[in-house]
Amino acid sequence: MTPSQTEPTPKASLDVNTKWCKGCSLCVAVCPKGILSLDGLGKVYVDKPEECIGCGLCEETCPDYAIRVIKNV
Amino acid sequence: MPFDVTSYLRREMLPHIWCPGCGNGIVLRDFAAALEKLDYSRREVVIVSGIGCSSRAAGYLDFDTVHTTHGRALPFATGIKFANPELKVFVIMGDGDASSIGGNHLIHACRRNIDLTAVIFNNHIYGMTGGQFSPMTPKDKKATTAPYGMIERSFDLCRLAGAAGATYVGRATTYHNQLLTRLIVEGAKNRGFSLIEAVTHCPTSYGKRNNMATPTDMVRWQKENSVLIDRIKEGKSSLQEGQFPVGLLHRHDAPEFTTEYLEVVKRAREK
Repeated sequence: MTPSQTEPTPKASLDVNTKWCKGCSLCVAVCPKGILSLDGLGKVYVDKPEECIGCGLCEETCPDYAIRVIKNV
Repeated sequence: MPFDVTSYLRREMLPHIWCPGCGNGIVLRDFAAALEKLDYSRREVVIVSGIGCSSRAAGYLDFDTVHTTHGRALPFATGIKFANPELKVFVIMGDGDASSIGGNHLIHACRRNIDLTAVIFNNHIYGMTGGQFSPMTPKDKKATTAPYGMIERSFDLCRLAGAAGATYVGRATTYHNQLLTRLIVEGAKNRGFSLIEAVTHCPTSYGKRNNMATPTDMVRWQKENSVLIDRIKEGKSSLQEGQFPVGLLHRHDAPEFTTEYLEVVKRAREK
């Protein structure tokens, strides 16, 4: 059995540009699944990528354009 | 192709200078999203801004842009529109720029009903210069020049614009992204003066003095204190003290200034 059969593919993947992230944590607050966190340097990282539902709220809310939601079609 | 804000921006200017969590970046995204929906060619769009944090937005947009003097964005924009009425002219101002330094220009642009779309970033304070109160700082809120709370009442810029003659007036917040984009699109399509107040948040100069320590607290404040005008009209909701309506707040038809002017030119030539 391949991993793709046991685990459902996430609906989207997140492209994070840490160079532009200023660590305001708005995305962490708006994510309905709570999959984003800030790392030790105060930059966003995707903590639980498999749980992303691709709603796009993080991308819409990020004031620094540091997150892109790429939907898996 | 999904919307990519950076395709409308001068990428080499990013990351922008705004503070962590500043709402201006969100308003700028919604503005760019509106430009995508409007689908104008880049040659026909001009964006004019004044002075202040928000007015830096013009510098990031990859269009023909003019960064003008404090409070005078509307006179510059009026000149541009007058010289070439075919252009789609947008004006970006902050709350202090629009309502204080340029307050007189604002009411007369409204009165003339010149075909401009003004987007006013209202962060309730002069952020760039260190957090002095503006005419949009709500009563009792703190600023560096109001350490015990603002004594004056603030302007309701939307009611002021509607009363002065603007034909399309709306308000949204950084919490209401899609509404803000829709208002800017409809405002741009309105043949006349359109004013869209974008309630944004300044965590650095305003939030931390007013018990909103994080950008998230400030967006939550917007969510809790704004009421959709459609819900008020349907009787499903009402405004409580301190709350403000969002949505399309005022709309009427009136002659547009450049059209009227060209009519006068025509009549004068026929004589």
